[in-house]
Amino acid sequence: MKINLKVWRQKNSNTPGKLVEYQLDNVSEDMSFLEMFDVLNDSLTRKGEEPVAFDHDCREGICGTCSMYINGRPHGPQTGATTCQLHMRSFNDGDTIVVEPWRARSFPVIKDLMVDRLAFDRIIQAGGYVSVNTGSAPDANEILIPRSIADEAMDAAACIGCGACVAACKNASAMLFVSAKVSQLAILPQGKAEHKERAERMVAQMDAEGFGACSFTGACSVECPKSISLDHIARLNREYLGAKLTSDNIQG
Amino acid sequence: MKLESKIPEGPLAEKWARHKFALKLVNPANKRKYDIIVVGTGLAGASAAASLAELGYNVKAFCYQDSPRRAHSIAAQGGINAAKNYQNDGDSVFRLFYDTIKGGDYRAREGNVHRLAEVSVNIIDQCVAQGVPFAREYGGVLANRSFGGAQVSRTFYARGQTGQQLLLGAYSALSRQVSNGKVKLYTRTEMLDLVVEGGKARGIVVRNLVTGKIESHSGHAVLLCTGGYGNVFYLSTNAMGCNVTAAWRAHKKGALFGNPCFTQIHPTCIPVSGHYQSKLTLMSESLRNDGRVWVPKTVEDAEKIRKGQLKPTDLPEDKRDYFLERRYPSFGNLVPRDVASRNAKNMCDEGRGVSKTGLAVYLDFADAIKRDGHKTIEAKYGNLFEMYEKITGENPYETPMMIYPAVHYTMGGLWVDYNLMTTVPGLYALGEANFSDHGANRLGASALMQGLADGYFVIPYTIGDYLATIGPADKIPVDAPAFKEAEKKIQDQIKQLLSIKGDRPVDDLHKELGHIMWEYCGMARSAEGLKIAKQKIQALRNEFWSNAKVLGDAEEMNQALEQAGRVADFIELGELMVDDALHRNESCGGHFREEYQTPDGEALRDDEHFAYVAAWEYQGEGKPEILNKEPLVFENVKLTQRSYK
Repeated sequence: MKINLKVWRQKNSNTPGKLVEYQLDNVSEDMSFLEMFDVLNDSLTRKGEEPVAFDHDCREGICGTCSMYINGRPHGPQTGATTCQLHMRSFNDGDTIVVEPWRARSFPVIKDLMVDRLAFDRIIQAGGYVSVNTGSAPDANEILIPRSIADEAMDAAACIGCGACVAACKNASAMLFVSAKVSQLAILPQGKAEHKERAERMVAQMDAEGFGACSFTGACSVECPKSISLDHIARLNREYLGAKLTSDNIQG
Repeated sequence: MKLESKIPEGPLAEKWARHKFALKLVNPANKRKYDIIVVGTGLAGASAAASLAELGYNVKAFCYQDSPRRAHSIAAQGGINAAKNYQNDGDSVFRLFYDTIKGGDYRAREGNVHRLAEVSVNIIDQCVAQGVPFAREYGGVLANRSFGGAQVSRTFYARGQTGQQLLLGAYSALSRQVSNGKVKLYTRTEMLDLVVEGGKARGIVVRNLVTGKIESHSGHAVLLCTGGYGNVFYLSTNAMGCNVTAAWRAHKKGALFGNPCFTQIHPTCIPVSGHYQSKLTLMSESLRNDGRVWVPKTVEDAEKIRKGQLKPTDLPEDKRDYFLERRYPSFGNLVPRDVASRNAKNMCDEGRGVSKTGLAVYLDFADAIKRDGHKTIEAKYGNLFEMYEKITGENPYETPMMIYPAVHYTMGGLWVDYNLMTTVPGLYALGEANFSDHGANRLGASALMQGLADGYFVIPYTIGDYLATIGPADKIPVDAPAFKEAEKKIQDQIKQLLSIKGDRPVDDLHKELGHIMWEYCGMARSAEGLKIAKQKIQALRNEFWSNAKVLGDAEEMNQALEQAGRVADFIELGELMVDDALHRNESCGGHFREEYQTPDGEALRDDEHFAYVAAWEYQGEGKPEILNKEPLVFENVKLTQRSYK
């Protein structure tokens, strides 16, 4: 099939970018979307033009590295899947496909389709953990966790940290990402001891990073490749409100 | 070189306890005087960095990914083994040890493997405490499943995403230490050289992948937790960025490389669909519990299927060959990975493979669906079937799945002693990057166990012994000549890569290497083929350095340049793998030499001549490496021929 691409090219974070058109004549419908980019890059390299920079690694939908905004949707037209799991059979012969990087002030562009998502790591560093040192754990079966609780925690923990939720949100809010971690650890008994501080600190860091406010449109959950539920945002709100009402942190 | 494995004396079950007592300790107040460099943030790296920081050491952690959470450990599906015996089904530390030694076809060290089995139980405790949501029973206790042909249920799992959850657990512990100021994180940073001075590892030279800047980092010890080298085959289940560069450059600085030819080929992967294929996707091994593997009985039928003239569902039972069930009546479709893979290859070699390429066999669920119902099968494998359909566009409920073996894991790696130290003092290798625990074949659900065992429960003890011996003053600054020389060498190499200005993109050269390795050093190897491979690799090396095309600049984000450095190292490693495969005149585990097989086509070991670890010593550019041997001593298990008939 023939595909017309409009790809965002940007040399680095200090240089303005623009959409550049490319045409591919020999695309197989069995190719993955990223393999189509490999083919594009091969032909660009042979022509002496610099290949398109894009983030990708596992190419099986779990590492969360790939991050393309395709025809106005994070990870493209397929729901419940990452860019690397998208195949060309989802498109038609002759289609024009617009490919951009994640757009959010907190995710600055590094080059072409590649953005900096370190803000997510800093949010986790602010409290997305249980404070337990190696060696000080009790036997794994000492605390019983009902299956329904374990399953719910797993639903939240499935987040791959790709940032599609932020890219999908008109406010570039990171609430779905933050809520998935807060929720996972708030549900499990292991996370209970620190649940208040966690919600407070992670939300504070999210705000400090410049992510926008949540207006609960639900776009994040629809575009999430792991279909993380909005229920977690509800739980985060509850956790955060509860923490604030009883907070020992008088500064804020 | 004399290899000292440093396996402690005494009865097997007491070795680790005795050793821990014999190791020197670093006073708690002195730990902050030591700097430790950890390269890689997968299960081994993240767990080591977090645990060492908790003890009070200053840690610098490096990864090439944009976040430590994306290391390839995240992609492991099946589970993690631990000898908890929660199921009361006869498991024990000794049984896990025995299964691992036997599964590795008796090419691993007894002492190391027993320690691995011992600490396996602590890993589960630790992960649960971190909030890892393992699968549970309705009553709230942890669930287990049997995996990879084990006769006990000792595998813990978190849906089909066990690696992800364990890595996120280790990542959270690491993140906590970052916020405590004990770990400094360097993401999008690739190690390009090891600095050795005065016979000790002193630090590393890295490239900042965003700015292209070359920088040095000095420390008292360096831990390589950089994973395996499966991408030498180009197509594998590894992530695109997985590479051997850190380990290989350490090898060139004096670290011996153990058993490089031991690679694992996983039988149930989605087949290649075209020349543009960039990676292969693994389908969990658990599918073989219910799926039946077959190909058409005749080449003619296979040809019709390949051309699309015949549907597999229309081929009557008597024209199908369920070859695993036929050849291995007692284990059937559940034979170990190496056996299943080799048989699939043989069928395709005979011309009976399916799919357009002829490089696939069927994995059929029709009988299971008839027997247990659509619902039951969906509950068990729904997510896998969905993943398969996403990739192939075919519905496995209606037409049989197609599978083909793919490179999955490398048992070989940097040689380490019992303390996980390489032959360069102060340089350690953990997880898949070392060679130590899986022998010639790794069992399912054991990779996660080993990565976390090394990082959480082994290195925190053993590293202290070295640090206490050298003392805090034994460190050199980054402006020392050794660092400056290494930086210069790296800058020169980068300049050289950018100045070749040839015709072929690096990816294309990498593909060619992959074809050579897969053809001659893959599932089956022969002396004749390996000799051809060696010549081809040498020719490819010349082609690479004279005709590679790397565009862009050194001082910017440049993915082609990153890849070029990695492929250059893969080419050199490929040659060593071929040498290793050629010298090992026996078949064992994943290493199958066609000349050495039993009359019915099974791997034939030669314990008299090859019960050793082959540890290769670099001699300089273009010179053949020297083979060192570490004999393997078996005092607790009896060496037997594996049989699955």
